[in-house]
Parts: sequence; C-alpha cells; structure tokens
Amino acid sequence: MPTITLEVLRYLPEDGAEPVFQEYEVPLRADWVVLDALNHIKDHIDGTLSYRWSCRMGVCGSCGMMVNGKPVLTCAAFLESFAPGPIRVEPMAHFPVVRDLVVEVTDFMDKLTEAKPWIIRETEKPLSEGEYRQSPEELGDYKQYTMCINCMLCYSACPVYGLDQGFSGPAALALAQRYNKDSRDQGNAQRMEQHSNDEGIWGCTMVGECSEVCPKHVDPAGAIQQYKLAGAVDWWKSLITRKGK
Amino acid sequence: MSYTLHHPKWHRVAKPIFWWIRRWAYIGFIFRELTSVAVAYFAVLLVLIYCAVQSGPEAYAALMGLLAHPAMVTISVFALGAVLYHSITWFNLSPKAMVVRLGRWRVPDLMIAGGNYAAWFAISGVIAWAYIIG
Repeated sequence: MPTITLEVLRYLPEDGAEPVFQEYEVPLRADWVVLDALNHIKDHIDGTLSYRWSCRMGVCGSCGMMVNGKPVLTCAAFLESFAPGPIRVEPMAHFPVVRDLVVEVTDFMDKLTEAKPWIIRETEKPLSEGEYRQSPEELGDYKQYTMCINCMLCYSACPVYGLDQGFSGPAALALAQRYNKDSRDQGNAQRMEQHSNDEGIWGCTMVGECSEVCPKHVDPAGAIQQYKLAGAVDWWKSLITRKGK
Repeated sequence: MSYTLHHPKWHRVAKPIFWWIRRWAYIGFIFRELTSVAVAYFAVLLVLIYCAVQSGPEAYAALMGLLAHPAMVTISVFALGAVLYHSITWFNLSPKAMVVRLGRWRVPDLMIAGGNYAAWFAISGVIAWAYIIG
C-alpha cells in the first residue's frame, strides 16, 4: 500500500510553545479524503490530535481546514489529488486556534446573530388571512443563499476579515441578504442600519475568493455587491427625501 | 459569550504584510486595485488639460509638448492598458451587483454586462465624434 505524508500543525496550549508541524505517514487510498487520514492518525498513530468533524459528507460544515494553504472541507479533499504529497494541514486561517486544528468560532456566531437571520415583520397579518405565499421566482431570488452550511471557509479566504476582525464577513452578509431578498421579510432597514458601514458591506473590497472556496456554490461576494447597491440606493433616497422636506 | 472567558491560551496569527503574494488570486486582486492609480492619473490629466485650455493656447501647447515626451508617452500607454483592464473587469463584475427583473423575466448576466459595454462604446464614440468635428 503506497503512503503519503501529512504535515499537521500541532498547537498544545498547555505547553505554552509555538505551534509546530508534525509529520504522519498514512495509507494513500483512492477513496480516502484528508478527513479519513486524520481519523486514521487519531485511531492508530496519535490519539492526542484534535480536530472537528461530524457528517463526513459536506453537510455539517465542521471539518473545514487549510489544506496546502487553501481553505477546504477535509471530507471533500481526496488524498490522491495531493499526491505525491506532502499534504500540509493547518487550522482555518483568521481564527484563533484553541488546540491543533480546532479554532474558536464565537466571533463568527456573534456576526451571524447580528445579521438578524429571521423573518422580520412590521405587522403580522391574522391567521385567518392564511400563509405568506411566495412564487418560485421570489424563492429563486434568495434560495442559493440558504445553501450556506456555516463552514466558515469564506472567512478563511477573505483577507479583509484577516486584516480586520471587525468586518462582518461574507457568510453573515450573505445570510442577511438571504432575508433581505425574501419577499415575506420587512427587516431590510434594520439590517441596513447594522451593515451599511465600513465594517459591514462597505468593508468588502471584492476580492471574490469567498465565492471561489464555497463548497456549496453560494456566492457571498455577489450578495455583498447587491447589498451595496441597495445601500447606495437607500442613501440617495434618504438624501432626496431630506432635501424635499 | 461568557463561556469563552476562562480558556487556555489561544494561538493567534497576525496577517503578514505580504499576505497577497501567497496566491495568484490575491496577486490578481492587488494588481486590479493598483490599476486605480492609472484611473487617478487620467483624471488628474483631464483636469490639467482643462486648466491649460482655460489658460490659453500657449499653456495648452506647453502641456501637449510635455505629454509628447517619450517618457510621458510610455507612462500613458501603460496607464491606458491598466485603465482598460480596470474597466473590463469592472463591467464583467456588474452582473454580480445588479439583478434586473422585467416582470417575471430576469435579465441575463450577459445582457447586463453588454449594456455597460454598449454605453461605454456609445459615450466614447460621441466624444471621438466631437473631437473629430471640433
């Protein structure tokens, strides 16, 4: 059985030392992904290695890591595509590292909440009037943004977030846009107040890598540009309204 | 979040100043940002030409003489290339920002980008026509 070398970044906070790369030889099997290799290391070579994973099928979004410098879901990164190796595995960029390949995600979770990812209504209509109906075209306006699995790869690919942790970031802004574009929602003004600033939509410099690395083919870069356009239109409207008074 | 208050020391990596040389996509992005300098160059040049025209034929001739210098011609050729790259990538991105609906029909991305190009060529044509007949 051929093998391939994994260079895994190890960080042990109790040692107080800087992270170091540790090499592991794993079988190079055609049906193995990087996550399988990490599981092999954990089960047979070094049980102290720490990392997150769950579904192993690109749904849960928890096994994101930097593989050869690129943010990927390790459950979708086949070992053979990196042959003959070595494969360098590091924790996701731009997040504080808790241990080995495990990163701290509280900042991301807070930013998701700030996007108010729920349907906001100014007035609720009575139940007797029935449900809020939506046409397939109206659903199509935001459906792709619902595919986000919160894997945070877009944050690792975004240099703006890497340079300024205050930036709301691609997934949170795309999530806000998902609700802004929902025909049942009336919370655009609230979200615009939250995001129309330098740490929100105007912080994005359109690098575009967030959309490139997204494993679910969501286009956060596009969502942010549309959000910017809506912000600019709002600004002009407010200017005209002020002058008209 | 209070549950993260007491935790082992996190490891944080500061972003290096040359972070953008690590991937071609980032290099492309920085290059595109730098082309804004060329856009600024032509904007300043336009203002200088306007001022020279206002000041009279001698000032205009002096400015034209300066612009005809081989060094200035070289700079202008490079700046033109950079501005064209800036404009083309800008127009190609426009469908990302604009979702146009006419009733139930969504205008295709190609038509939105094409509209920008058409406006660009039309305005350039009008300016060229005004220059030729003037």
